[in-house]
Amino acid sequence: MVDTGPLARVEGEGSLRIERYGANVCAVQLNIFEPPRFFEGFLRGRKVEEVVDIVPRICGICPVAYQVSAMNALESLFGVELDEQVRRLRRILYLGEWIESHSLHIYLLAAPDFLRVPDVLGVARIDPDMVKDALALKRLGNGLMTVVGGREIHPISMKIGGFHRAPKRESLLEMLPEIDRLRETTERMVRFVFNLKKPSLKREPVLVSLRNPDRYAVDGGDIVTSMGSRFPPSKFEENFVETEVVYSNALQSHLKDGTPYEVGPQARFNLNFEQLNPVAKEMAKEMGLVPPVTDPFQNISMRAIEAVHALEEVRLEIETYSRPAHPSMPYQYKAGTGYGVSEAPRGILYHSYVVNVKGQVERAKIVPPTAQNLARIEEDVRLLAPRIMKAKETEATRLSEMAVRNYDPCISCATHFLKVEIADVGKDKGRN
Amino acid sequence: MARKPTVGVFKFSSCDGCQLSVLDAEDQVLPLLGKVELRDFLEATSTSAGGPYDMALVEGSITTAEDVERIMQIRRESGTMVALGACATAGGIQALRNWGSMRAVEEATYPEQKTARAMEKSLPVSDFVKVDAELRGCPVSKGQLVQFLATVVRGAKPRIPTNAVCFECKRAGNACVVVAGKIPCLGPVTADGCGAICPSFGRGCYGCFGPSDDVNLESYVSWLESKGVKREAVEGLVKMINSNSREFREWLERLG
Repeated sequence: MVDTGPLARVEGEGSLRIERYGANVCAVQLNIFEPPRFFEGFLRGRKVEEVVDIVPRICGICPVAYQVSAMNALESLFGVELDEQVRRLRRILYLGEWIESHSLHIYLLAAPDFLRVPDVLGVARIDPDMVKDALALKRLGNGLMTVVGGREIHPISMKIGGFHRAPKRESLLEMLPEIDRLRETTERMVRFVFNLKKPSLKREPVLVSLRNPDRYAVDGGDIVTSMGSRFPPSKFEENFVETEVVYSNALQSHLKDGTPYEVGPQARFNLNFEQLNPVAKEMAKEMGLVPPVTDPFQNISMRAIEAVHALEEVRLEIETYSRPAHPSMPYQYKAGTGYGVSEAPRGILYHSYVVNVKGQVERAKIVPPTAQNLARIEEDVRLLAPRIMKAKETEATRLSEMAVRNYDPCISCATHFLKVEIADVGKDKGRN
Repeated sequence: MARKPTVGVFKFSSCDGCQLSVLDAEDQVLPLLGKVELRDFLEATSTSAGGPYDMALVEGSITTAEDVERIMQIRRESGTMVALGACATAGGIQALRNWGSMRAVEEATYPEQKTARAMEKSLPVSDFVKVDAELRGCPVSKGQLVQFLATVVRGAKPRIPTNAVCFECKRAGNACVVVAGKIPCLGPVTADGCGAICPSFGRGCYGCFGPSDDVNLESYVSWLESKGVKREAVEGLVKMINSNSREFREWLERLG
């Protein structure tokens, strides 16, 4: 039996358990022991205006994703059309979060595995310049979030219809020299990531991402799958089902027929490759990374390419930004259900809210990316199990942890939402 | 030279944001971590050396029976215990469930629920063990955190101010959102540390850092009412991030 104990360098707390009888692996269980926090429970009865300050608290690593998915849901219900510059600001804020989160993952959480050191201090002993790169990129992502959002963790500027205040054009232009300087850094990051010696795993995952007609989807879009289907956010719950597993505090998502699926960089890269910024696309091609790429250990490479993409796109967005005359649009309450999605750094984040005519939330449902990836992670570990079983103990632990860490799982996100599923089951929704 | 102080960073029920603030202190993070012996910090390192710890930094609120046992164990192994952020110091946003009958709803709707177990209430660390220092905020202030750690590492006694947000707001040169815009704002009754970011963005403070020293919330709310701000609007702000901090909780309880 392999039992990793608490998994390090992931966001939140969980462990992985692989059971074997004779030569056969009989069970792979990703056990999430992070306690549930019941967000959907206490969202009930809150004013819609408060949602933007409540939901980011689900995750300190991707608060903007929570804010944007929630605003997409409520704004679509109220029929608010955002100003073009306001949309641009949201993307700048969101891309800042991508840059911060991807650089955190690549250098601080994942690189230690490949370099066989326990943490970033170990990385710093091997290559201090690389850690400087990591921190500079992270600082830029945080800086963008601070200019637009007021602070990097749990930003305070967003509201239904736009922002409380839009930054001056000059405040964003000031970021451009640092962005330019970091283009070289991201190129080094891509080379570093591609040169890492990676394990490999053959498999055929079902990939799911958003698609936006105008750009590599970040702040919204339709949902598309590698099986060729495409549907709007309102059809999310018709296409994916969540089930409870007895050993874990998190639900797991599957397709209707029970097949696991994958969201995140690998899904986005494969499904929206043509929409990558030319600089990022060229770099991927130069590295020999072109779709289809279905090896989960290449997730880190795609994160690096996406970081390049985010940096280039943020540059273009800032160049074309002008301060909107009105930072937000007015809106009126409307009773009904609003659906919203966006691409969190780890994949699709789905929100839906049932709102009454007084502007209160009657029901909320939130499906974070990590919950959607859990079943897929277990499947990967199952496929790797023969190798894991043959390896010595430390290597077995390293390999199985890497298989989990490929997805940069955010366990704090994945457990918050058990409550709503409970509420749904007793009322209007069956469980498969 | 004396040995490096041993440090453990621990997480309970939370969003990881306060721990991330340690890593977000980009320029200071390596020098700081280099000055201590990091024995446990699950989010950042595979090293898990175990106690004893000269200092334990604790993020998150206590919500399960296992949490209670674990926090007591950490306390036994730690010299100084520091609670990081609104969850650890006041129960956090998940303490909003303390105000409803969440358990009743849970049991009524899903009686067979077997896995996710949580206690009736989300509670601060100090309800269970002695806490030596608290850093407030949702998330904690990176500046306060770095200053605090740097002071401790040098062996000096840290001082954590809890003035009202108004002091920072005035220094930032903001027009008062209550006086100028009749916008409900908790600035006068909330501890500073955030840099008065909400009023700087033209909105009211919603109390991320919890009550400041010697607040009289009812007196302030009455004054707000005289300015034309509705009581319900203030209640929504108080019943948010720090609803279970003593001063905010007692005021909410009196509302019934």
